[in-house]
Amino acid sequence: MSELINLSGLTKRFGPITAVDNISFSVNRGEVLGFLGPNGAGKTTTMRMLTGFLPPSAGSASVAGHDVVNDTLEAQKKIGYLPEGTPLYGDMTPAAFLEFVADVRNLKAPERQQRIDDVVAKVEIEDVFYRPIETLSKGYRRRVGLAQAILHDPEVLILDEPTDGLDPNQKHQVRSLIRNMAKDKAIVISTHILEEVEAICTRTVIIAQGKIVFDGTPGDLLAQAPTHNAVCIRVPRARAGQVKTAIESVPDVARVEHKEDSDGRTTLVVFPSRGRAIIVDVSQRLTERALAVDEIGVLQGRLDDVFRRLTLEP
Amino acid sequence: MQAFTNTLPVFRREFAAYFSTPLAYVFIVIFLGLSGAFTFYLGAFFTRGQADLQSFFLFHPWIYLFLIPAVAMRLWAEERKTGTMEILLTLPIPTAAAVVGKFLAAWAFIGIAIALTFPMWLTVNYLGNPDNGVIVASYVGSLLMSGAYLAISAAVSSVTRNQVIAFIVAAVVCFLFLTSGLEIVLAFFRGWAPAFFVDVIAALSFVTHFEGITKGIIDGRDVLFFIAVIAVSLFINVGLVELKKGG
Repeated sequence: MSELINLSGLTKRFGPITAVDNISFSVNRGEVLGFLGPNGAGKTTTMRMLTGFLPPSAGSASVAGHDVVNDTLEAQKKIGYLPEGTPLYGDMTPAAFLEFVADVRNLKAPERQQRIDDVVAKVEIEDVFYRPIETLSKGYRRRVGLAQAILHDPEVLILDEPTDGLDPNQKHQVRSLIRNMAKDKAIVISTHILEEVEAICTRTVIIAQGKIVFDGTPGDLLAQAPTHNAVCIRVPRARAGQVKTAIESVPDVARVEHKEDSDGRTTLVVFPSRGRAIIVDVSQRLTERALAVDEIGVLQGRLDDVFRRLTLEP
Repeated sequence: MQAFTNTLPVFRREFAAYFSTPLAYVFIVIFLGLSGAFTFYLGAFFTRGQADLQSFFLFHPWIYLFLIPAVAMRLWAEERKTGTMEILLTLPIPTAAAVVGKFLAAWAFIGIAIALTFPMWLTVNYLGNPDNGVIVASYVGSLLMSGAYLAISAAVSSVTRNQVIAFIVAAVVCFLFLTSGLEIVLAFFRGWAPAFFVDVIAALSFVTHFEGITKGIIDGRDVLFFIAVIAVSLFINVGLVELKKGG
């Protein structure tokens, strides 16, 4: 069975507020789903329903074929979950805490000690293994939280903002950890850091005000950027008009914007129609007309722009 | 018994948690100090000239009144406050198992405190020839009563994230159960309530049921009463945790 997570019409209402509104998607084995949205969009609420912490108001969700409402325990056995903010028992040491989780996960010797050692090495918490969790730094706590989530090598991993508040090195480390586990699991990561999506996700779902506003690959998402595949050219100001006229007649060029720079040059941004790649045609035209330019390059489009457009639309 | 899967790991974790902070030692010292002081000064252990532990057990309902809510207040309020409840309840642990595991851990802890009063029992055996059957029955009764206090306090703890509120409300609820058999409370109802209602109120009293046991009359109904209070409170506790998970 390759479909490990399925959400169908999942809805959660808190009194008059609909926090999650009729969300449906599924995640297959091998996928890393980046679950994006502004703060308060309903990411955490969705994850809490998926892990059996909150009961849905309507709709259903299943994990590895087990309904999270009617078969909560079996579903929870398949899930590794890192809740938002990594709440942990401060008076315990990572050692005692992982023993507790190993008990609950019913890990038996000899595999048990092996799993604990494995995970401790993977998240690198050997140094603090016997110190009370309340004395640990945020980075270490997050790693202890990750350790408990992956201890039983779950098929489904649900991580609520796993890199929030970590420094760039720690972020990198957590991301490679996730990437290395990805191939035989279904992983859902909530985040509002867009670089993370490009770094590790194979798919992106964006929600805003409890509704799905985008579902596709990070590439699809980028393609929606207004500057996607646009060509940026810098020329001396004197030649700007000439270049602009030459380019405007290239097929698939929608429009050309220009901006005077302070160093006496002009930046021309050439927008393609329907996101087509136009760089070859544009540079060819420039060569034909023997128009020299100082710089020419393709703009990748910025995820931030797409994100903002998708989530701010009424 | 799928509803109680993983009760044991919860029990072990909670039990260890009492001893990882000074709480356990503070509680045990205060409990032993108070029960001793009450027995000798207020209970007039020596001057009564009787080889029994009546004056020792007499004060248990009152000592428990504020010590047990103190033990129970952290059980759920702390989980709620720190957010660990989300970890606990998204692990494959049914709510009933979490509730029972926590209750049993706290009860076992209180049981240890009660067991540590054994010098009292040695003393009275050294001084005279007490009826040890009655003493054993009283210990069992005291343990059962502490369980009833505890179950009520644990249920109260599950509705708040504030431990101080959990403590005060639990103490008040326990106080009502404690005093409902006393004449001062019953007189209030006797004036206007029908006789059977007054009897129901009186029947809910911890003191009435506990006194029966400490006098050496082990009535199945007294034992059953405490077990019923524990069961009903734990049942309510499960319901409250389920109801207020997210909030």
